[in-house]
Amino acid sequence: MVDAILFLLFAAIAVVCAINLVVQTHPISSALSLVGVMGALALIYLQLGGEFIAAAQLIVYAGAIMVLFIFVIMLLNAGKERKLPRRLWVTYAGVPLLAGFIGVAAFVIERMLPPSPGAKFGAMTHGNPQEIGRSLFQVYLLPFEVTSVLILIAILGAVVLASKEVE
Amino acid sequence: MPEISLPQSVPLTWYLILSAILFTLGVAGFLFRRNVITVFMSIELMLNAVNLSFVTFSYKYKQVDGHIFSFFVMVVAAAEAAVGLAIILTIFKNRQTLEIDEVSSLKN
Amino acid sequence: MQQLWLIPLLPLAGFALNGLFGRRFSKTVINAIAVGSVLLAFLWVLKSLNSLGAFSGGGLEVPHVEHYFTWIQSGVLNISVDFAVDRLTAVMLLIVTGIGTLIHIYAVGYMAHESGYYRFFAYLNLFMFFMLTLVLAQNFLLLFVGWEGVGLCSYLLIGFYFSEKFATDAGNKAFIVNRIGDFGFSLAIFLIAIHFGSLDFGSVFSQAKNLPIETSPGWITAIALLLLVGATGKSAQIPLYVWLPDAMAGPTPVSALIHAATMVTAGVYMVARSSSIFLHSPMALEIVTIIGIATAFFAATIGLVQNDIKKVFAYSTVSQLGYMFVGLGTGAFSAGIFHVMTHAFFKALLFLGAGSVIHALSGEQDLRQMGGLARKIPITCVVLLCASLAIAGVPGTSGYFSKDLILESAYQYAPWIYWVGVLTAGMTAFYVFRAFFMAFTGEYRGNKHPHESPFVMWGPLAVLAALSLGGGFINIPKYLEPMFPLSEGTLPGFVALTPAVFGFAGIGLAYILYVLAPGLPESIANAFRPVYTLLYNKYFVDEAYDSAVVNPTIDGSRSLLWRTIDAGAIDGTVNGVGKTARSIGGVLRHLQSGYIRSYAGWVVAGAILVVIVMGLKGVM
Repeated sequence: MVDAILFLLFAAIAVVCAINLVVQTHPISSALSLVGVMGALALIYLQLGGEFIAAAQLIVYAGAIMVLFIFVIMLLNAGKERKLPRRLWVTYAGVPLLAGFIGVAAFVIERMLPPSPGAKFGAMTHGNPQEIGRSLFQVYLLPFEVTSVLILIAILGAVVLASKEVE
Repeated sequence: MPEISLPQSVPLTWYLILSAILFTLGVAGFLFRRNVITVFMSIELMLNAVNLSFVTFSYKYKQVDGHIFSFFVMVVAAAEAAVGLAIILTIFKNRQTLEIDEVSSLKN
Repeated sequence: MQQLWLIPLLPLAGFALNGLFGRRFSKTVINAIAVGSVLLAFLWVLKSLNSLGAFSGGGLEVPHVEHYFTWIQSGVLNISVDFAVDRLTAVMLLIVTGIGTLIHIYAVGYMAHESGYYRFFAYLNLFMFFMLTLVLAQNFLLLFVGWEGVGLCSYLLIGFYFSEKFATDAGNKAFIVNRIGDFGFSLAIFLIAIHFGSLDFGSVFSQAKNLPIETSPGWITAIALLLLVGATGKSAQIPLYVWLPDAMAGPTPVSALIHAATMVTAGVYMVARSSSIFLHSPMALEIVTIIGIATAFFAATIGLVQNDIKKVFAYSTVSQLGYMFVGLGTGAFSAGIFHVMTHAFFKALLFLGAGSVIHALSGEQDLRQMGGLARKIPITCVVLLCASLAIAGVPGTSGYFSKDLILESAYQYAPWIYWVGVLTAGMTAFYVFRAFFMAFTGEYRGNKHPHESPFVMWGPLAVLAALSLGGGFINIPKYLEPMFPLSEGTLPGFVALTPAVFGFAGIGLAYILYVLAPGLPESIANAFRPVYTLLYNKYFVDEAYDSAVVNPTIDGSRSLLWRTIDAGAIDGTVNGVGKTARSIGGVLRHLQSGYIRSYAGWVVAGAILVVIVMGLKGVM
């Protein structure tokens, strides 16, 4: 029961922040909303037994990537987005359509998934770093090495793209 | 206080529905915002929604592979964010604008 | 093995040499190759026939077949390239190569001042090749190859003066009308293949001998009639004779060789060769006879009033071919072949003589512009007189013997045919001597300077004149008796004499009208003006064909096939594919708007579609 309440709470936070991200005009507000979404999601991961993932989410995603975003926003001094004149019926039709779509998707998901026991906090014990480490370095060793190369390439690319031209 | 009966354990479909909601919001932001950085952040939102879905299924089968996948998604998102922001910087340097509609020299 | 293949291949080699290199050869070399190849072929014919014992009585009763290689092997149909010689072939070979040689020699003189000299002789050699293939062939398909080939050479040679439109038109007309006949011939070949299982003469005719005689229309009659259609096309009978008068647009040696002596007799030869089939269908034979006599009479009436000397002889050819068909149809196949030979002698002589006259007058062909040439070109006059006597059937000449034989056979078949034939003989004598008198007697009406032809031209004429007068004593029907049994029976005495009487009457009438009373023909023509106009305009047959067949075909082709189907449907489809591709491209162009958000929109749309599909599949 407590699980359900906690889940609903964090889910609500996540959804509200996500809506905020989409609706806000200034990029900084959107970035901070995204941080909120990520935090809420990290807590939900904890409930699902993904301790390592929760920590990684907060450290990597919210801590590094979003900080990068905010640096860039501040560097570019991005201002508010100009509001486009939009016809009224688009606004009034868009939101219900969106909600309807989500409803249909939810219904479909409900139907498709076979019944399984719900999630309780603590029921999943395999999300700890030992398990992750074991799997990462044994079963998924090749993708692991490849992603390290990927990160190297990304670093090089970013450095080349963002550097000043040499006169 | 009215007795709202909540289930003892959270049904897994709720997580998936949450994932779907977040994903849809991400798509909406991706389509309807004109600032490039906001579009990027909507993409990150979509990735997060997918991560949630992975972790949920990992719970369902009580295996760690979903977590591993989620981990890789994060790594790739990081790399992509780095390079993407570098590209945005370059575009801003060349065109002095962050409007996504202005970057249309491939028109026709 | 007599190496029969040499006979056609020598002229073919002449064609290749002259055709490919003739432009650079001198006239002497061209002459040597062209005349030499045909002369060698003739000598080889003599040698082969001699070795086979054809000249000593009793040889070649059984055909001598030489097999070269298998051409088509398809299921039950086995067609090989075989040449064969039997007595009929021997006669045809001698005619074709002998007269061919003479005409080649003549053409050396006649064509001396023409451009395209080497081309002419190349085509002439090619024609010899095809004609000899036709005669030597031992199966229907090989015969058909020769058949088509001579049609092609006829087209090439008629249109030899290709810068003149009437010449090329005449060539087209000849080829197209021939084609109609060839269509019938092809159908006959198909039917023969179906019913006899083979196209080889030996096989087909031995099977045909055992067939019952068809009294009502059946497939034998069908085959025979279709063969007849082919023969009417090639041998200029009703209704496909219209190309022959127009074919006079070609050089005169061509008219002599192809349209008098050899090609037009191919139809007669083919019917004679297929005698086994025809004998089993009396109905077909009757139709052959009727077509023959009708053509003979009809063409003779047209020839009465023509003013172009070559046209007179052209209609005469059509008429004489009609006689040959009468001979074939009444069962006297050997008489028909006999007339082929004698006709080759005197008709070639007539044409070559006319060519000599035309050459003397530097191109004049209108009889009304001639006259009194007897003193100026005496040799030509004498040889033409011999030819005219022969064709008129004066007793003792070759024409008398062959024509008489045919008329006797006609009398035994049906007397009315005999009487029409006799009347036609009278007309034949009349129009030939009309031409002779108009050209050689009286005063010269033209304004050219007539000069005698060189020896290279009147030499062959002399040979032909001798043959025209004496050739009748070569008893061909006796020679062909093993193949075509002679009919027994005695005939009333007048049957043999009446044609001669009518012949003399014709000569006499021509003498009166054109020598004694020159104004009389004009007044007769004026008195019978409608009849005269009808005859002069060839019964308006060409015009009738034009409106009934030619113009509807052209119009139909133009409006339906060209505009509707070709330009509309086929081009429309091809262009339509292009247009459709373009319009699709025009629509798809909007995908490439350059706006990132529109791309994003398309991506999302696709994703939603996938989700819906998956959802539907899952929910179902």
